[in-house]
Amino acid sequence: MHSALDTSVPRQSILLKLLSINWGLLLLLSAIACIGFAMLYSAANGHWDPWASKQAVRFGISIVVMMAVATVDLRFWLRSAYAIYAGTLLLLIAVEVKGAIGMGAQRWIDLGVIQLQPSELMKIACVLVLARYFSTLTPDEIKRPLRLIPPALMVFLPAGLVMKQPDLGTAMMLTLAGGAMFFLAGVRWWKFVVLLAAGGGIVPVAWRFLRDYQKNRIYTFLDPENDPLGAGYHSLQSKIAIGSGGMFGKGFMNGSQAHLNFLPEKQTDFIFTMLAEEWGLMGGLVLLGLYTLIFIYGFAIAFRSRSHFGRLLALGITVNMFLYVFINTAMVMGLIPVVGVPLPLISYGGTAMLTVMFGFGLMMCVYVHRDTRLGRGGDE
Amino acid sequence: MANNDKTRSKLLTRRAALLGGGQLLLLGTLAGRLYYLQVIQADRYAMQADENRINIRLLAPPRGRIVDRFGVPLAENRPTYRAVLVAEQAGDLQSTLDAVATLVPLSDNDRRRVLRDIRNKLSFVPVALRENLSWEEMARIEVNTLELPGVSIERALIRSYPFGETSAHLVGYVAAVSEKDLSGDDPLLELPDFRIGKSGVEKSYDLNLRGTAGTSQVEVNAFGRVVRELAREDGMPGQEMVLTLDMALQAYAAKRCAAEQSAAAVVLDSWTGDVLAMASMPAYDPSAFAAGLTGAQWKALIENPLNPLTDKAISGSYPPGSTFKPIVALAALDAGVITPDTHIFCPGHYELGDAKFHCWKHDGHGSMVLRDGLKHSCDVFFFETARRTGIDRIAAMAKRFGLGAPIGIDIPGERSGLIPTTGWKKATTGIAWQQGETLSAGIGQSYVLTTPLQLATMVARLATGHEIVPRLVREDGVMTQDGGTDRIEAPSLNIAAKDLKLVLEGMYAVVNEQGGTAYAARVMDPAMAMGGKSGSAQVRHITEAERDRGLPKALQVPWKDRDHALFIAFAPVTNPRYVCACVVEHGGASGGGGSAVAAPICRDILLEAQKRDPVHRVPDQPYGSATLASG
Repeated sequence: MHSALDTSVPRQSILLKLLSINWGLLLLLSAIACIGFAMLYSAANGHWDPWASKQAVRFGISIVVMMAVATVDLRFWLRSAYAIYAGTLLLLIAVEVKGAIGMGAQRWIDLGVIQLQPSELMKIACVLVLARYFSTLTPDEIKRPLRLIPPALMVFLPAGLVMKQPDLGTAMMLTLAGGAMFFLAGVRWWKFVVLLAAGGGIVPVAWRFLRDYQKNRIYTFLDPENDPLGAGYHSLQSKIAIGSGGMFGKGFMNGSQAHLNFLPEKQTDFIFTMLAEEWGLMGGLVLLGLYTLIFIYGFAIAFRSRSHFGRLLALGITVNMFLYVFINTAMVMGLIPVVGVPLPLISYGGTAMLTVMFGFGLMMCVYVHRDTRLGRGGDE
Repeated sequence: MANNDKTRSKLLTRRAALLGGGQLLLLGTLAGRLYYLQVIQADRYAMQADENRINIRLLAPPRGRIVDRFGVPLAENRPTYRAVLVAEQAGDLQSTLDAVATLVPLSDNDRRRVLRDIRNKLSFVPVALRENLSWEEMARIEVNTLELPGVSIERALIRSYPFGETSAHLVGYVAAVSEKDLSGDDPLLELPDFRIGKSGVEKSYDLNLRGTAGTSQVEVNAFGRVVRELAREDGMPGQEMVLTLDMALQAYAAKRCAAEQSAAAVVLDSWTGDVLAMASMPAYDPSAFAAGLTGAQWKALIENPLNPLTDKAISGSYPPGSTFKPIVALAALDAGVITPDTHIFCPGHYELGDAKFHCWKHDGHGSMVLRDGLKHSCDVFFFETARRTGIDRIAAMAKRFGLGAPIGIDIPGERSGLIPTTGWKKATTGIAWQQGETLSAGIGQSYVLTTPLQLATMVARLATGHEIVPRLVREDGVMTQDGGTDRIEAPSLNIAAKDLKLVLEGMYAVVNEQGGTAYAARVMDPAMAMGGKSGSAQVRHITEAERDRGLPKALQVPWKDRDHALFIAFAPVTNPRYVCACVVEHGGASGGGGSAVAAPICRDILLEAQKRDPVHRVPDQPYGSATLASG
């Protein structure tokens, strides 16, 4: 029971804030990014071009972005959460409309330096806005179903849009991350059960909205050996690559599946496959271990934070990163259908790198401002 | 408020713990899946990865050569060159094609085909620009490869037959594998450019000549592009087949036969059964078959009335005519129905019931014994002899000399000929044997049919008294410099030596005594003198009415209706070794009989054979090539 007077710590200088970032987390992120550079170097048969060098530059820019995000006052993010969400949603609608008008299947906005995919940004924006929304609710308010309608819309609106694109992976991530936020906010168990039941009812309807190739992917997932040269090819070749890597792998740049092009998209969604082929079970477990360490950091940062918004945000970002890693690796291992979700910090791609580092910037921000106390609505 | 914060905080901690636990569980699932894929199923996936990347390619072994007894190649592998283009390395296709066209002729058709092939194939697959480049064309392209990106020369082996049609039927030819050849399980047959033997020695010894496939393990990528070779196992090259043939003699025989429109000659070494020459003319160019015949070429071959595709030496069935008489004589002596001194009178014809059988000499030969009958080839003498002996005893004797059944020469297409018996006629026609038919058979007409190879075998057995079997392949490899070959041990025919001697003396008289039918074809050098027997085989029955009008001159009769000219011979008479049988269809260009047309051919071939005999050969003269060049 503190008085309203000591709700805030004194404002820190930018330099002090920079020095107070979580160096361990930064080191972990850099280590994973370096593994990514090595894999992209291998994917290009031992060349920095065309992927590894670009990716390194992007990582460098992203670190600056992350630092900037981390040093901005946490209250700023609390206050701007709705605006950021609304802006991202508008961008998402914009590319959707552009696509519908017939400009082709472009799902990005060309910013010159990178091509920005709003759907990717939405993954973070959605977590941010939910953390903002739930941080202001009292446990009593959370029990009221009407209070759950706005956040549900915040999740299903963008999810529906990317589903239409069609981007099954992102829709899946948005829904699952949103669900996790609801769960963390303390929504009652039975409501999830009801939602799941309703969702089960929706599946046959949703199925009709899936494109043929998406349906094929699900069929193929259910029985990949059925059509080894057709739709099941990617999944099967990926499993062959991972399995043939064995305990210690075939050696750096020696993955026959990856280098002889049996592996599709080896520099993006299937990069974990290549890593598991060249570095074996050991390499795969080390990488999963590094990610696990990051998740542990995320939980630790959340629990160190004194603000409910900070905790929800840090946990939301952590769940989000976990979903990236899990969906991507489970997909390449043949545990779930093939969906387009990149492996954070490793897969080649500008937006994903920027989004992921923006997310870690927010997490870092929570860490830097761990002792900041926030009232409802961000006002002190 | 504070209470609210506390409960909210506790709830969040609890929920976060649950979420974290759930995440750990899922991470554990991932680790377990990795372990399952990479440890438990590792072998299976490693195998599948290898199946993905490793392709086994067949390497065709070089086909074995076919050489004559002295090692002169009759079938060999000649390199051919073709220019190929790899589209992805070529840059601008049109300018590359233009550049190639300045070096070698490239028709508009070629260009269209190349562009079409490039469109239809993956960009790294070589597309043929021009096949069968000459050495000069190949060199022009090789020199300019720097200016021709993506263009390279591929070398392949093509079957070539240096002697062309001279040994065509014997050596045979190779051609592309056809549907019905695919029954075997040799994977080589599946290779697109593979050739297999289709006739002659190329066919009968195809498996020996073919060799066994080698394999090359190559690493390929997902598009089938070869990345590198991992392992190579060379196959076994085909075996070299050494024939008993003497190519110089073969070339000589072929030349003599070719001069007579349609003819065949077989030369055997009667001590060993070696086929020294076996010519059938006209013939065809086997290299054309290996390269692939055009429709017009094929049509010309099958429509030629002289049947160039048929090996007349083994597939031509001819009535032996008077060359059959030695067999009739031996059968009669063996049966005891005549003796060397039995006199038979020839008035120029022979009457049997109402039928009248004419001797070739209208005025008759007068009274003769067996030796004279052979020397003058008196038909009436052999009408009577055959009648006394009976067809079945003649047939039995003929069979001992290799007639009436395939000899078993090891090239395909041999015919069996025909030696009739009473049982055979009853069985095939249902009509009983007529005695008149025995008379005709006694002079090698009626149903009697023989192949030139059978006739040569018959002489070899006459000359030796042993059951000589012709052979085409030498088991001992190429002949050594001394060149000697010993007599082989063949089972005896068990014919009384004095009977054989008498018949051989008769055949000596045919050639070497005045009045003998082939006296004009005698050899002047006594050391190389030959004995022989002429024959003229009627192709068409001569009616009594025609005979009354007087027989027309041969050249007045259409070629198809003229008699075949035959001769069989052995030499030297002092110690017979080389034997020859020659059939000139319809008497050849001059339309002459056996003694006039076929006997000189036999004489010349036998002289050639004896000159090439190691005994007569000039020392230091290399085998093979010398005579070949002059012949």
